[in-house]
Amino acid sequence: MSWFKRAKSGVQTPTKDKKETPEGLWYKCRSCKHVMPSEDHSGNLWVCENCGFHERIGSIEYFRILFDDNKFTELNRNLSSGDPLKFEDTKKYTDRLNSSQKKTGLVDAIRTASGKIEGNQVVIGCMDFNFIGGSMGSVVGEKIARAIDYSLKKKVPFIMISKSGGARMMEAAFSLMQMAKTSAKLSLLAKAGIPYISLLTDPTTGGVTASYAMLGDLNIAEPGALIGFAGPRVVKETIGKDLPEGFQTSEFLLEHGFLDYIVERKELKSNLAKLLKLLKN
Amino acid sequence: MSVFLDFEEPIADLFEQLEKAEKTASKGKVDMTETIEGLKKQIELTQKEVYKDLTPWQKVQTSRHPERPYALGYISALTNDNFIELHGDRNVKDDKAMVGGFGDIDGRSVMFIGQQKGINTKLRQFRNFGMPNPEGYRKALRLMKLAEKFNKPVVCLIDTPGAYPGLEAEERGQGEAIARNLMEMAQLKVPVICIVIGEGASGGALGIGVGDRVLMLENTWYSVISPESCSSILWRSWEHKEKAASALNLTADLMLKNKLIDGIIQEPSGGAHSNYDQMFAIVKREIMKHLEELDRIEPEERITQRIDKFCAMGYSEE
Repeated sequence: MSWFKRAKSGVQTPTKDKKETPEGLWYKCRSCKHVMPSEDHSGNLWVCENCGFHERIGSIEYFRILFDDNKFTELNRNLSSGDPLKFEDTKKYTDRLNSSQKKTGLVDAIRTASGKIEGNQVVIGCMDFNFIGGSMGSVVGEKIARAIDYSLKKKVPFIMISKSGGARMMEAAFSLMQMAKTSAKLSLLAKAGIPYISLLTDPTTGGVTASYAMLGDLNIAEPGALIGFAGPRVVKETIGKDLPEGFQTSEFLLEHGFLDYIVERKELKSNLAKLLKLLKN
Repeated sequence: MSVFLDFEEPIADLFEQLEKAEKTASKGKVDMTETIEGLKKQIELTQKEVYKDLTPWQKVQTSRHPERPYALGYISALTNDNFIELHGDRNVKDDKAMVGGFGDIDGRSVMFIGQQKGINTKLRQFRNFGMPNPEGYRKALRLMKLAEKFNKPVVCLIDTPGAYPGLEAEERGQGEAIARNLMEMAQLKVPVICIVIGEGASGGALGIGVGDRVLMLENTWYSVISPESCSSILWRSWEHKEKAASALNLTADLMLKNKLIDGIIQEPSGGAHSNYDQMFAIVKREIMKHLEELDRIEPEERITQRIDKFCAMGYSEE
């Protein structure tokens, strides 16, 4: 009897019983499909070693990349969303919040912290896209406002890392007014002459683009990020034809004059440190 | 009135009867005076009845009524045509969806700015359906700065289904244009009054909406997204627009209750479109009242109060 002969015929394993490779051992690039060990990928700051594609990362990773020795003090950590409108679509807003909190271990779509970048004291706000699409609700607005207050009080530069689909619909006009709130606070920072650096990452759209993300003294972006006011699908529907290649990417915005420069993730920390020193000395 | 919304049907019927009666009267054979007077009274009562308890969705419909007065209509009436329209953002072009200029209201110069919709099919296209491009927001900002330079108050009339989501709008930085306005309006040294006269859709509305007083006409809406788009995103179909309109809390009374606006301006009993003169008179009275109050506050204090007001908006727990 051959070793390779099936003992039973017609074996079919249902999808749910299939043995998967343990999660997280390998990373497959979303852009070029190159496969590499996850460890190498994270070691390369979640950038594809083959094509340079910048994978979306969250505040935990950005803080680790930027803050010296990963040391920082988180501000207003426990600020969380209420549900003022008792909003319910196919799901209750409170349920959405709870499941997002459970899934991500985060309280809302942003974390703010103070710490040092190569010895330069800064306040950083960083959005988390995996929390309800990085949407901006009251908590995001309030945390940014308070982080700016902290910057004003301590007279240290403010860096905002945006990554968001826009305003949080479930908070309706409350979320809309966060645009006015954060912009108004930034006007105070501008008046005080304290630098504000806005880093736009993939994706930054909607109300976030139409408020703090575009208001940096310097607007910088990671390569290949989607940045726009209206989403590409909406623009496509509006004009009724296909969008040109590279539309609404960082490179497109740089070309049209809305970014100061594009910075690769591996250069991010040293670039910010250089910039902060130039602004200070 | 010639256009009626679905819920205005009882009013439409009466108007039809009135028209018939007037026709008969014009022939001169029968005295119809009594009938006509009776019908007019009945119309007024019915209007009051119909408009007493509009649902949020019906208010959204009213805010879009094609016969509702638009920004230039208000400006022309409030200033008695003592108004000079100014054009252009000094960079790209003149945006026809955003209008503005100096006007005289009871002997006082005011900078009027507003989104403008067209009154017929041709003009609706010309005005891009009241959806400004970035140059519209930059034109608005230029006019606000002009007002600040000559120490004149700013009155913004908000009426837009949204900032235009076109290809060129993106190329020219729609997001940046709106963002810039939010930041600059927070610091304007002159009084700023913003009034939602029709639709207040999202960032496109807020782009001229950061003021010392933000007021809404009774039958308007203001929110982060239109009920139709909200329905299509959350329920994946436009069928749930009524439900979305309720869920969004977008009406004037709820916006005031949630402390997101400063006041409501009453409309005539059948809505703004039923009686232009009365609507214009009410809006004029409100503007003058608020200007008087704002005049009494020092500019720096006014800015602080404005910023503090917007910073207090939101709902979070600690």
